[in-house]
Amino acid sequence: MVRGPVSTVARAYRRGMPRSPFAPSFWRSPLRGPWLTSVLGVVLLGGITVLFVTGLLSYAAYNPDLSPVNDKTPDKGVLGFYLFSWPTDPHWLYRLNQGVHVTLGITLIPVLLAKLWSVVPKLFTLPPARSLAHALERMSLLLLVGGALFEFVTGVLNVQLDYVFPGSFYPLHFYGAWVFFSAFVAHAVLKMPLARRNLRGLREEKTELVSPNPAPPTVSRRGALWFVGSGSLLLFVTTAGQNFDGVLRRTALLAPHGGAEPGSGPGGFQINKTAAYAGIDPGETSEEAWRLVVVGRAGRTVRLGRAELLQLPLHSSALPIACVEGWSTSDQWWRGVRLRDLAALVGYDDPPDVFVESLQRHGAFRRAALRANQVADPRSLLALSVNGEDLTPDHGHPARIIVPAAPGVLNTKWVARLTFGDL
Amino acid sequence: MRIPLGNPLQLLLLVCSFALAGYAGVRLLAGDWFGVALWFVGAAVVHDVVLLPLYAAADRALVKTAGRHVMYVRVPAALSLLLLLVWFPLISGQVADRYASATGLSPDGFPARWLLVTAVLFGGSAVVFVVRRRRDTKERPPAVH
Repeated sequence: MVRGPVSTVARAYRRGMPRSPFAPSFWRSPLRGPWLTSVLGVVLLGGITVLFVTGLLSYAAYNPDLSPVNDKTPDKGVLGFYLFSWPTDPHWLYRLNQGVHVTLGITLIPVLLAKLWSVVPKLFTLPPARSLAHALERMSLLLLVGGALFEFVTGVLNVQLDYVFPGSFYPLHFYGAWVFFSAFVAHAVLKMPLARRNLRGLREEKTELVSPNPAPPTVSRRGALWFVGSGSLLLFVTTAGQNFDGVLRRTALLAPHGGAEPGSGPGGFQINKTAAYAGIDPGETSEEAWRLVVVGRAGRTVRLGRAELLQLPLHSSALPIACVEGWSTSDQWWRGVRLRDLAALVGYDDPPDVFVESLQRHGAFRRAALRANQVADPRSLLALSVNGEDLTPDHGHPARIIVPAAPGVLNTKWVARLTFGDL
Repeated sequence: MRIPLGNPLQLLLLVCSFALAGYAGVRLLAGDWFGVALWFVGAAVVHDVVLLPLYAAADRALVKTAGRHVMYVRVPAALSLLLLLVWFPLISGQVADRYASATGLSPDGFPARWLLVTAVLFGGSAVVFVVRRRRDTKERPPAVH
């Protein structure tokens, strides 16, 4: 803000050191200019579009329109216009989608910061508005900048399990994305012609971004772009590995699911929530105590112990665990009873939807719904073992759901009850 | 005084944009509206009037001390701080308990790995500096010394 009377600013200006950011010569970096801003803008235009699309796909992957238990945003209204039955093919679909969403988001952070730095003098332009359209455009910039930072910050905190944001992640990140994207589209349309001129013409236009009183350069503009790029590259190489096993996972030095696997042996792969964290009482999962309740047509109910489940036809499928937080495992070798065989057991030869309930005490997805196409897929199992051994407690012993291409939390662990029927 | 309207197409676009933002915004603010608004506006304000001036001031101070060798410090320092900014909850250990109990993974390695990456960045920068300096001294004729 301008603190003193105009004369103070004017004096400071004459000394060559204006105190007010409203004075154009306050901003002295020789790097700022339409070319740099346009390059960064074009990178963000592509990157954020991919983030938005993969985000919408991830939202659809939860099948929120199937059942209230899957839907963390019941008042979405028309924002769910595009929802569709999430497919089961290819089986790595969610793994790829979410790996791209989170890894790309983290990689774009330096580009976003550089872009905001490159345009900061515009925040202090005077007069505040030349016309009604200009006033609205500047108001829209608050939604653009606030929205971008809100989305990146909530995403980055959520993948680190730092739930300090004011509410549940799903509605905040989803509705926040729409607020941000509405401003983003307007900004892209308004600025695209300018950015194209700047990049094609390769000549510097005299805009308010160019400092009238530049400091001596300490780095070239190309060097500055390399600088931003190296930040992105560093974040990329220390994050992307959390989507692969073995040596590659160890390259993800700072990502939440990088580094070493939790334990060794057949169950030594990444865990979203451990049995202890989910509040699983070992007494409830013992051979004697645990019974799977399967409910079907006209209330037909079957209760099965683990030994009885093992007597049913067992099948194998190689499927990954892929989390909304942007980490995943490679394909694990699951073995268990097909969901569609369990549906047939309670009178559904043509597999319907299923409502899955877990023993877990807390967790937003302790109850989840799967759609008929997911139940019908021959690779969808109620898994009893993984990689040749019984499931470990942390991977869902005595039994867990595993469905191709579904988000990790829909692969319910410690399953207690399956209710087949149209939802 | 009459306020000029500006380009009508731009106006239309912005009104559409605000309508959609309003539709989503009402839902975004449905819960803890004050907290969400604070985070939304606060993120922009904290970035523009705290974070940016802070790192700009730090950079100016660095340029003053390091002079023409500034890039050898600026690059590793900025990259290291970038990693700290992004992974602060894990590096600082503020989510250590929840992280360990939820994932079964050790939360202890993050600060050490961040310091290690920082050391490698500064070390690499120092190597580049020494190599370039040697090359420059070799190429320069002795008379210049």
